[in-house]
Amino acid sequence: MGNLFKIAIRNLMRYKRRTILTASLVAIGMIFVLVFIAITGSFKNMMIGGITDSMLGHIQIHKKGYVASIDNSPLTLNLKPQAVAKIEQILQRMPDIKAYSPRIKFAGMFSNFTETTPIRLNGVYPEKEPKTVPLLLARIIEGEKRITKGEILIPELLAKGMKVKVGDSIVVIATNKDGSVNGKQLRVGGIMESATGPGGRDGYIHIEDAAEILRMDQMEISEIAMQLTDFGKLHTVENRLIHALSGQLNNQGKPIFEIHTWEKLSPFYHLSRMIDAMAFFVKLMLISIVLVSIMNVMVMAVYERIREIGTIAAIGTRPGKILSMFVIEGFSLAVFGALIGNGFGLAIIYILRQVKITFSFAMHTGLVLMPSIRVSEILTVSLIVVIVAVLGSLQPAFKASRMEPIKALRHV
Amino acid sequence: MSLIKAENIKKDYQVGELIITALDRVSFEIEPASFVSFVGPSGSGKTTLLNLIGCLDKPTGGTLKVAGADVASLDRRERAAFRGTNIGFIFQDFNLIPVLTVYENIEYPLLMVQSVPAAERKKRVTALLEAVGMIDQKDKYPDQISGGQKQRVAVARALVTNPKLILADEPTANLDHKTAYMVIELMKKMRDEFKTTFIFSTHDQKIVGEAEIVYMLEDGELKGKEVKGGGGNG
Repeated sequence: MGNLFKIAIRNLMRYKRRTILTASLVAIGMIFVLVFIAITGSFKNMMIGGITDSMLGHIQIHKKGYVASIDNSPLTLNLKPQAVAKIEQILQRMPDIKAYSPRIKFAGMFSNFTETTPIRLNGVYPEKEPKTVPLLLARIIEGEKRITKGEILIPELLAKGMKVKVGDSIVVIATNKDGSVNGKQLRVGGIMESATGPGGRDGYIHIEDAAEILRMDQMEISEIAMQLTDFGKLHTVENRLIHALSGQLNNQGKPIFEIHTWEKLSPFYHLSRMIDAMAFFVKLMLISIVLVSIMNVMVMAVYERIREIGTIAAIGTRPGKILSMFVIEGFSLAVFGALIGNGFGLAIIYILRQVKITFSFAMHTGLVLMPSIRVSEILTVSLIVVIVAVLGSLQPAFKASRMEPIKALRHV
Repeated sequence: MSLIKAENIKKDYQVGELIITALDRVSFEIEPASFVSFVGPSGSGKTTLLNLIGCLDKPTGGTLKVAGADVASLDRRERAAFRGTNIGFIFQDFNLIPVLTVYENIEYPLLMVQSVPAAERKKRVTALLEAVGMIDQKDKYPDQISGGQKQRVAVARALVTNPKLILADEPTANLDHKTAYMVIELMKKMRDEFKTTFIFSTHDQKIVGEAEIVYMLEDGELKGKEVKGGGGNG
């Protein structure tokens, strides 16, 4: 095998300019793919992190049927204290869950005593919520970065629209599950930027204030959001939760709970899928570049060396070995191109990290782009290049191996 | 026992709708360790015959046995294996592999065809480099040596596998007379040393004189045989 590599590399060096040009083409393709994956991956991770760490959490547990009517924030589908206790018992036993936060979510009216507007309120535990969504308090742009009883955190645009500022008194009015209306006067404790964009209408209050507004006899929970220790284990933990909660059935023998990852709760998941699809098409382009360039070079190599093929076949070289010679040549060319591509690609990614390019996403501005790429991605792209190169070499190599020595020797 | 036995061999080529007979009812026998030449004008069928003996092609008719094997019965893979074990080739254009050194060119059949162990390869290649007088040129590439030197390397490459038979199609055609004689003398010396049968084709009358048995071909037919002594008979 070593001798086949020696011959292949010497044959590549025989046509230095062509080898360098082809390897450069492969390398440029690889650089493009690696940098693209690193930039879009970084953007995607920031986007997902922004949504999960400031609002959604990684996974949520609801009562069965809640998510289907989540836009109405149905109070009739809240979890009873016993159910919450069961879930908490399970969550506390799972080391992959870093933090969790029970929430009461409900729709209400926000009044500044002269005007009224709809608002969606999140009743949360002040000590649990920031651990579950660590970017929540960072979104407070005015006022104290905390959630306090008797106070409300309101979105920036709502504050502007209703002309309220930190310290102002407002009234929140809501209908409870029995249909009776109740209101509570609260102080504006903070104004926050929206995590999702201009349309965000989520306000935050203390969970006990929420229970009081809704006149709950006992604490009923709309959802439990979770933060995982390792985001990469999202689906593993989801499956563990499904398994752990599968025994909890209602009187009809149907599951009481439903578990959703952020992917099923946020429309931004589709954006992340689009980024993945773009990366896939960029990889397809790379495959095409490698396939065409390697195939072209190998077809030329076979054509130029017909007499040599005839000679080695005449002196007894088996067809399989002739095939291997050319395939290894294509393989070596791809490895050469991949090494150059990896070197330059990683260098460009490093430079981009040093340059610290900023961009805006949703309501966030000045986000610093920190492109990064996993070793597994580098290996995958390199492997794609090498496999495609080998496939591209196969046809010319096969042609060389099937050549009749007598005809090849006659070739001028 | 004959090394080569040809009985009424025939070779036709189809060119469009036309059938051209390159060889017609050719019969001969060649004994081991012979030094044989096929002579004849261009188009007489010399190369076709050498291709058949060398298992590069199959006869259309008749029987051709080389080292006991019926050439026509071997498939593509078997013919490659048979050539690798029993036959060495010397080409008119030398056909050395340009990316390999002189040493590596001679070593190639042992390495890539026969998978001979490294120590044995080194022993055989070095012995042949000394025998053909190329030991001091062993690290040079083909484009760094002369035509005569290239053909000496080709002789060594053909001999390195200890084949029963070496076929040389116009081995001196691209050499000047002096070098051509030297190559033929080298081939003869190698025949004496290794007891390998050498068959070469030529149209150079001076070179023909060096052969011990001469077969004359004309229009695809064997027209005569001349035995000059020292070789086998057919």
